[in-house]
Amino acid sequence: MQVEHVLELNDIVVQFGQRTVLDHIDVAIEAGEFVGLIGPNGAGKTTLLRVILGLLSPNHGEVRVDGKSVRKRNRAIGYVPQKIHLDPDTPLRGRDLVGLGLDGHRFGVPLPSRKRRARIDEVLEAVDALRFADAPVGRLSGGEQQRLLIAQALLTDPKILLLDEPLSNLDIRSAHEVVRLVGRLGKERGIAVILVAHDMNPLLGHMDKVLYLAEGHAAMGEVDAVIQSEVLSRLYGYEVEVLRVRGRVLVVGGRDEEADVVDLLGGFHCGDHEDVMNS
Amino acid sequence: MGQFLQMVFPLDLITLPFMFHALLSGTVVAILSGLVGFFVILRGSSFVAHVLPKAGFAGAAGAVLLDINPLVGLVVFALGGALSIGMLGKRGRHDVVTALTLVVALGTGALFLTLNEHYATGAYALLFGQLVGVSLSQVLDTVVLGLVCVLILGVLYRPLLFASIMRDSAEARGISSRKLEMAFLIVVGLATAVTVPVVGALLSFSLMIGPAATARYLTRRPGTSLVCSVAIAILTIWAALVLGYDTSWPIGFFVSSISALLYGVVRVGASLQQRRVAGKTDAHVHPLDGVVGQK
Repeated sequence: MQVEHVLELNDIVVQFGQRTVLDHIDVAIEAGEFVGLIGPNGAGKTTLLRVILGLLSPNHGEVRVDGKSVRKRNRAIGYVPQKIHLDPDTPLRGRDLVGLGLDGHRFGVPLPSRKRRARIDEVLEAVDALRFADAPVGRLSGGEQQRLLIAQALLTDPKILLLDEPLSNLDIRSAHEVVRLVGRLGKERGIAVILVAHDMNPLLGHMDKVLYLAEGHAAMGEVDAVIQSEVLSRLYGYEVEVLRVRGRVLVVGGRDEEADVVDLLGGFHCGDHEDVMNS
Repeated sequence: MGQFLQMVFPLDLITLPFMFHALLSGTVVAILSGLVGFFVILRGSSFVAHVLPKAGFAGAAGAVLLDINPLVGLVVFALGGALSIGMLGKRGRHDVVTALTLVVALGTGALFLTLNEHYATGAYALLFGQLVGVSLSQVLDTVVLGLVCVLILGVLYRPLLFASIMRDSAEARGISSRKLEMAFLIVVGLATAVTVPVVGALLSFSLMIGPAATARYLTRRPGTSLVCSVAIAILTIWAALVLGYDTSWPIGFFVSSISALLYGVVRVGASLQQRRVAGKTDAHVHPLDGVVGQK
């Protein structure tokens, strides 16, 4: 039996001048799957997202969403940007921001209606953002803004959610909450999630697969197979260690000579400081 | 009291045709400035709003030299400036191109003024705004151009708001932020062209920035903010025209000082109110109490 893929990238090639940014990429993602997209800076992560979004046509290959070949931008894909830059005084409430996801692309002035409000309230509730939906967006915390951005992307009932480094500006707690939220939405609504991240730690335990990009090549694998010291060290061209502490997996970059000494002495615990940024 | 009111608001404010014309075109100009200003601030393009009136000024000076309608020169140069800023700018960043547009405009304007020796008073009016000599046909020009701009802004409202706040997401939804930017710059250019004859090239952008900036402190809803911005702009220009008539000081002076004053008052008020609200809710225990700073 053949598995239905909600997103297929077939033999994608993207070249900027002489430089090949994406070199024959083949990826297939199933409905409801949570995929972490990792890779060093300049590996082509943003380019890959732009190809999937239809903002960049590849030199070769095709993108298939739900079995259909897509060339143009597409409602089945929800996009969540990294961050929103707004003044604290910008006259825009959370629900106004989310509403742009419903009809922001249409001409004219938005007319309030019960149906419109109900649709917006529904997604605000889904991301647990109702309690700050009427506050000015510019005054909300990074985690709260991220929830609004996710709600906005949900309004088109997407089959795929693309999140471009949503965790890079968040503290430990907010990052975990956002990942848990996205994981839950994906499972409940059958949405495939592709989340770009530099710090893999908040994703461990939530993502189903890892898609990693390096020098224009992509490979997708089960989490256990990719999150290995040797694999990650090769991917980043830098020493990366995968530690298993108290039943949890941690990814740590670089080698600290003092830590080696502690290791030799034995019995050192990191406590709860589990988020160690890799570089 | 009655005498004072009669001194400030003499009856000929509305019986004098030129004053009636000025109030009418001033109102159109204010509506337009309030609307355009909202987006100018949202997009962080105050510099563009500062430069286009100067381009328009050069155009008007050139038109007088060629003995044609100054409004034609204003429109051509303001639009030319807008188009060059839009086409030469890169992904929303265009401060260098804008600065170059400014110096070219001012240089050309200086040349046109020098070539036309009899135009000193006209130039003064163009720079600082004028009250007298607004003819009915000029009012009609203003109304028509103003309506076109309001119509374009009404059609573009949602995508422009979307792309101004989150460019990438808007593009992912199929909005061409580049085309939108060009359209918006054209509207700013046209709005400039109708504002300059009333308020003056040097200070007309204060009517775009002041009211819209003040409105941000009055509401958190975009639609309401837009309405407040227009209302403040109308009040500002009316007050400026009346005071300008009473004192024969330049309109531009009154527009800029009234809008700055309103901004200051509202901003201070907003921060006082915020402090009061914060004082009420800030009574919780700091999480680092007992962790740091103990002796």
